[in-house]
Amino acid sequence: MRSILTALGIIIGVGAVIATVSIGNGAKHQVEGQIANLGQNVITVFPGTTTTGGMRGGFGSSSTLTIEDAEAIEREVIGVVAVSAEVRDRQQVLANGLNWNTTVMGESPGYLSVRAWDIDSGAMFTDADVRSTAKVAVIGQTVARELYPDMDPVGQTIRIRNLPFKILGVLKSKGFSFFGSDQDDVVIVPTTSAMRRVARRQFLSSILIQAQAPEAMARIQQDVTDLLQQRRGGREPDFTVRNQLELAEAATATSKTMTALLGSIAGVSLIVGGIGIMNIMLVSVTERTREIGIRLAIGAHDRDVRLQFLIEAMILSMLGGVLGVLFGVGASQIVAAQTGMPVLISTTSITGAVIFSAFVGIVFGFYPAHKAAQLDPIDALRFE
Amino acid sequence: MHPVVRLEEIYKTYSNGEVQVHAVRGVSLDIHKGEFVAIMGSSGSGKSTLMNVLGCLDRPTRGRYLLDGVDTSHLERNERADLRNQKLGFVFQGFNLLARTTALENVELPMLYSPKRVPASEMRKRALAALKIVGLEERADHLPNQLSGGQQQRVAIARALVNQPQILLADEPTGNLDSKTSVEVMGVFQRLNDQGITIVMVTHELDIAHYCKRNLIVRDGKVVRDEFVTNRSISEVEMQKVRDAEMAAKLTHSS
Repeated sequence: MRSILTALGIIIGVGAVIATVSIGNGAKHQVEGQIANLGQNVITVFPGTTTTGGMRGGFGSSSTLTIEDAEAIEREVIGVVAVSAEVRDRQQVLANGLNWNTTVMGESPGYLSVRAWDIDSGAMFTDADVRSTAKVAVIGQTVARELYPDMDPVGQTIRIRNLPFKILGVLKSKGFSFFGSDQDDVVIVPTTSAMRRVARRQFLSSILIQAQAPEAMARIQQDVTDLLQQRRGGREPDFTVRNQLELAEAATATSKTMTALLGSIAGVSLIVGGIGIMNIMLVSVTERTREIGIRLAIGAHDRDVRLQFLIEAMILSMLGGVLGVLFGVGASQIVAAQTGMPVLISTTSITGAVIFSAFVGIVFGFYPAHKAAQLDPIDALRFE
Repeated sequence: MHPVVRLEEIYKTYSNGEVQVHAVRGVSLDIHKGEFVAIMGSSGSGKSTLMNVLGCLDRPTRGRYLLDGVDTSHLERNERADLRNQKLGFVFQGFNLLARTTALENVELPMLYSPKRVPASEMRKRALAALKIVGLEERADHLPNQLSGGQQQRVAIARALVNQPQILLADEPTGNLDSKTSVEVMGVFQRLNDQGITIVMVTHELDIAHYCKRNLIVRDGKVVRDEFVTNRSISEVEMQKVRDAEMAAKLTHSS
């Protein structure tokens, strides 16, 4: 009974560690999922800043990123899987007697690969459509739902800026983005069509580049920078190359910080648990002074006695660790069930917690064990 | 042949703060193999200190203690522990068995701390043999609180014997026992002594000392008398007397 109470400190400590780490991992996993949702190994080129007469514009204020830049990247940089020249514009679109305000994006056919997105029905437009500035489009699920509530949109006509675009396909649902916007609320048309017919501007919003492998990203980022620099003939760079990993890092940093914070609080409770172990072991040593005396009198060495008490402390705290794991797993399951937060229980955190609790037992058991081993056999035998 | 125990001018002084307590002042003593010695004295006479020195639990302040021909005066704590384990067997007044541990496991305990590893089967065999010597092999699985005082003390004796010590040291072994059980335990000691085991015990009861072969009287840290026991008590005879007395008492009551 007393052992259970003593181990309770460790139980709660380990339980808290397991629960917080599980919840933290779950959150991290979710974020990582959302990042992956943006596409695999994506490098993005944004237009840079401009300074006009001392007034400095923000990112994207310069409009110098051209479709030729995108073509050059696709042609010259090695290890690039897909490139999409992107133009974004917001438009009121009409179809089927309904209208809807949505994002119209000009993209290359490679866009779906870059974003790891699939067509649900119909087909994506082709490079030929881009070259011919075709009036074709693929639409997201939200747009499909809003404009064609009861019918298949494929083959229908959607009017953007009063121009008829033929719908070639409907995209699969991608859900809400990591930043909270509805990714399915979109109409995608060929880049050239968007530039000439919709947005009516000469410059790109961004260029999306998909790298072959994550290892190649740094090199490709450099190559793209060099290439664009070269194309601008050594003028001050008016673009920014961003790597998706940076974004992912920034995003996971938050959840990492939270996990670390909660984990360290839980770690403190483990230390408190360790002090509990130390306390009970000291009591135990005092209570069992006679027993220690007997053992010493019949020939136990210091280290025999020390080892005995260390093992006892370790068993006690490991027991606490195992119960704590059960408690923590249970607690995180309850949290998951109650709040719907994703929970990821890793075996690493479980074995880590058990090993750490054993370690706590050894650390906090050492002083009592040492005290027991240093007892004088005569005094210990005389102890009542 | 050298004596099992040789004390040469042993002094033991405790400094208790500013006061110096001279517990033992100049004891010289030889104990040979097969002896059965009782050390007697009132409390404070130094007999317990002497016993602690004999048991290598304590080091003398001055003098030499040869155990089995080996000088123990300069040994380290752990070396003395090995010596206690291998050459000495202890029997205490309060039995000092480990509770929640069976008689057999209690007897196995000294072998657990042997400098040389003893395999488990060997430990069990030797512990059972030791329990058989004291007549308790059937009680091997019992816990100490399931045994009577006399039986507990016999388990303690078995534990003391299990490493085949040179000498058996008993500190007031009958102190916590009634007279009949005391006679019983002394009977065990006498039987062991008849088999050639050297026994040294501390007691303050004269009739218990009479079961031994040699009596030392200690007073103020010195041996003041050292004599062999004439007309020694024999446990079987005394046991018979106890039984007769019980019988007589019974008869008196019933008549």
